[in-house]
Amino acid sequence: MDPHHEPHSHEIDAHTGIATTGHEWDGIRELNTPLPRWWLGIFYATIVWSIGYWIVYPSWPLISGATRGVIGYATRAAIADDMAELQARRASQAAGLTQASLEQIKADPNLFRIAMAQGKAAFGDNCVACHGVGGAGGKGFPNLNDDDWLWGGTPDAIQQTLQHGIRVATDSDTRISQMPAFGRDGILKRDEIVAVANHVRALAGLPTDAKADLARGRQIFADTCAACHGPQGKGNQEMGAPNLTDAITLYGMDLPTITETITNGRGGVMPAWGPRLDPTTIKALTVYVHSLGGGQ
Amino acid sequence: MLGIGLAAAAIPMLMLVAGLTESSAFAFHAVLGLLAALGAVLFIGNRCFDGRVLPVPQEIDGKPNYNMGPVKFGVVAAMFWGIAGFAVGLLIASQLAFPALNLDLPWTNFGRMRPLHTSAVIFAFGGNVLIATSFYVVQRTSRARLAGDLAPWFVVLGYNLFIVIAGTGYLLGITQGKEYAEPEWYADLWLTVVWVVYLLVFLATLAKRREPHIYVANWFYLGFILTIAVLHLGNNLTVPASVLSPKSYIVWSGVQDAMFQWWYGHNAVGFFLTAGFLAIMYYFVPKRANRPIYSYRLSIIHFWALIFLYIWAGPHHLHYTALPDWAQTLGMTFSIMLWMPSWGGMINGIMTLSGAWDKLRTDPVLRMMVVSLAFYGMSTFEGPLMSIKAVNGLSHYTDWTVGHVHSGALGWVAYISFGAIYCLVPWLWNRRELYSLKLVNWHFWISTLGIVLYISAMWVAGIMQGLMWRAYTSLGFLEYSFIETVAAMHPYYVIRALGGALFLTGALIMAFNLWMTVRSESVDAPASEPADAGRLAPQLVPAQ
Repeated sequence: MDPHHEPHSHEIDAHTGIATTGHEWDGIRELNTPLPRWWLGIFYATIVWSIGYWIVYPSWPLISGATRGVIGYATRAAIADDMAELQARRASQAAGLTQASLEQIKADPNLFRIAMAQGKAAFGDNCVACHGVGGAGGKGFPNLNDDDWLWGGTPDAIQQTLQHGIRVATDSDTRISQMPAFGRDGILKRDEIVAVANHVRALAGLPTDAKADLARGRQIFADTCAACHGPQGKGNQEMGAPNLTDAITLYGMDLPTITETITNGRGGVMPAWGPRLDPTTIKALTVYVHSLGGGQ
Repeated sequence: MLGIGLAAAAIPMLMLVAGLTESSAFAFHAVLGLLAALGAVLFIGNRCFDGRVLPVPQEIDGKPNYNMGPVKFGVVAAMFWGIAGFAVGLLIASQLAFPALNLDLPWTNFGRMRPLHTSAVIFAFGGNVLIATSFYVVQRTSRARLAGDLAPWFVVLGYNLFIVIAGTGYLLGITQGKEYAEPEWYADLWLTVVWVVYLLVFLATLAKRREPHIYVANWFYLGFILTIAVLHLGNNLTVPASVLSPKSYIVWSGVQDAMFQWWYGHNAVGFFLTAGFLAIMYYFVPKRANRPIYSYRLSIIHFWALIFLYIWAGPHHLHYTALPDWAQTLGMTFSIMLWMPSWGGMINGIMTLSGAWDKLRTDPVLRMMVVSLAFYGMSTFEGPLMSIKAVNGLSHYTDWTVGHVHSGALGWVAYISFGAIYCLVPWLWNRRELYSLKLVNWHFWISTLGIVLYISAMWVAGIMQGLMWRAYTSLGFLEYSFIETVAAMHPYYVIRALGGALFLTGALIMAFNLWMTVRSESVDAPASEPADAGRLAPQLVPAQ
């Protein structure tokens, strides 16, 4: 078929007065309207602008490397500049924080204000995923707003926890304790666990199962649990053993949860932030967490 | 014979894989493939003994004997996958607003549902629309029957088998973790075979055309088919861990992998969702408006400019990353230069209506297609804008991007597809007209409201999110934690989900309308039958 053969004569579209190309496909024809001038103008302008941009900025790859552009722009350098500017903005206040002790920061309203601002930002970026935006925690993640502390609520204790974490295998100064899996490891039998679980509820002043053998539970508690939790179940912050007599609980005080805790043990992990955050930030976080409500 | 041989040879292979693999999900896919191969053997075998093997006539009474079966199948599949994909979209939008809807089950989790949604709407809905319309348009504008007898059926059925393998794979946790290229190596290989046959069918049909020139819609279809083949191969060059394992590893590493991913990802937008759907526009808009294309010259220039420039734009997805600065610059500047070539399609579509503007009042199908072009124009302005590094520094990783994508996906891709399907169903099933234009009108307004709610919620949410992320206090510390920005998004996520619900409602109305159309009485020559060329372009007069 001759590709130049045009079966239809050129026609003029009555509405626009423009000629068609003379072709037709399934009833569709095409007008031969010239390119809109504004369209072409903007198209050329974007090309000219792009060429200008290529001259100014790094653009075309060469055998090794690429054209650098006349102003010497580099994203990495630009980010380094931005970060340096931010550091400079923070520098004066950061110096104060770095040198001051925790007590001095608490005593100086200006330092305290800066520490709180930095602490809040660091808390938002690093801690809220587990402890919640307001530090209220959740199941397995301690509430930081109350005065019930597992490992101590003094500024030094908080800083130690932040720095080295809890049960972090790679940190030799980490806080370690173990709630054994009494059921899974065969230390206590099922009925013993039920008895002691009811006793734990009694310790907290919560109603117990009517059929529970509380005397037996008390005996088992004294033999097995008191070493860490104390004879009255008041806990021991040296070992991170929770106080069982208050209503504040990490995993829950309903009977099934206590039973689960005694059966399988618990061993939540908090990361060690020492290797991840600079000392000033840890200090600021300490001040912030201490201020949340329950600092001792 | 070749088909039956290959399918028969695949059966023992697939049985072996199904029996030996340790992955139950992979075994499930082997069984799926096995059933497909068995089906193929039975179908082709039956056909051989049926006496219908006579070569199908290319023409009947001097008119091309068009092969519309695969087109019909594609249209039905597109509606099915479309509604499924929109529904999953609504689900994941709701999950973002109300995370409890993740249901704590692995297969209903957002992480698996999200690729299910994107693949269902882009590849299942969009892909079936593209295959169906391309098979229709290439036949009608070439005045030739589709090349091959089984081949077109192989393409539509094989493509939908790929969709099923991909989708069930996501639910079962099989993914190669590349956005919009999640299916694993065996699904990719299968798609490659299907796609090569698709290309051959399309080319062979063009080759036997009875028209001296190739219509512009077919340039765009061909550009789409060819480029997608190249992109698919480049971004899926993986080495399987074993033939018995669904897992594979890509040959690219680090930033090269990222660059390949977004070269692919952006051109999936450029060639699948733009070039392919522009092809649809170039046939269905002039057809429905009954007007000649506005400018042949514009179609040439914007076609080649689009094809040449789009392929460079991918790096704008990797601004301010480990990607070298020069690549970021090129990605950004080519995106800017792409603005006018993209708008060329919009101008050619919308201006084709000059002389027929009054039809927008009376024909909601045409209105839908014209509004799709307006959304196309808006998205292709917003895209270059967002590719500018300074803007991208704010918009990147925010929901602004999601809003941008959906103004293109819902406003442009889905609307032009809906328009084409509303045209096609009466033509394909020989019905006088659609069951109800009033329902099309309802569909149009409900879903337009849905799109507007969706994209404006995402604009506000995305810009707010970007500003919150970069807000510093006077002391030089970040103002907001990430979780606070998430909490701030909640109301907009609810509005977005509402927009999605409206869009889905519109699609359900459409499905009902199409179903009633197909159920209505058949006519010999539908009023809108496109073969009735004499009725078209009635305002032409011979040149002096």
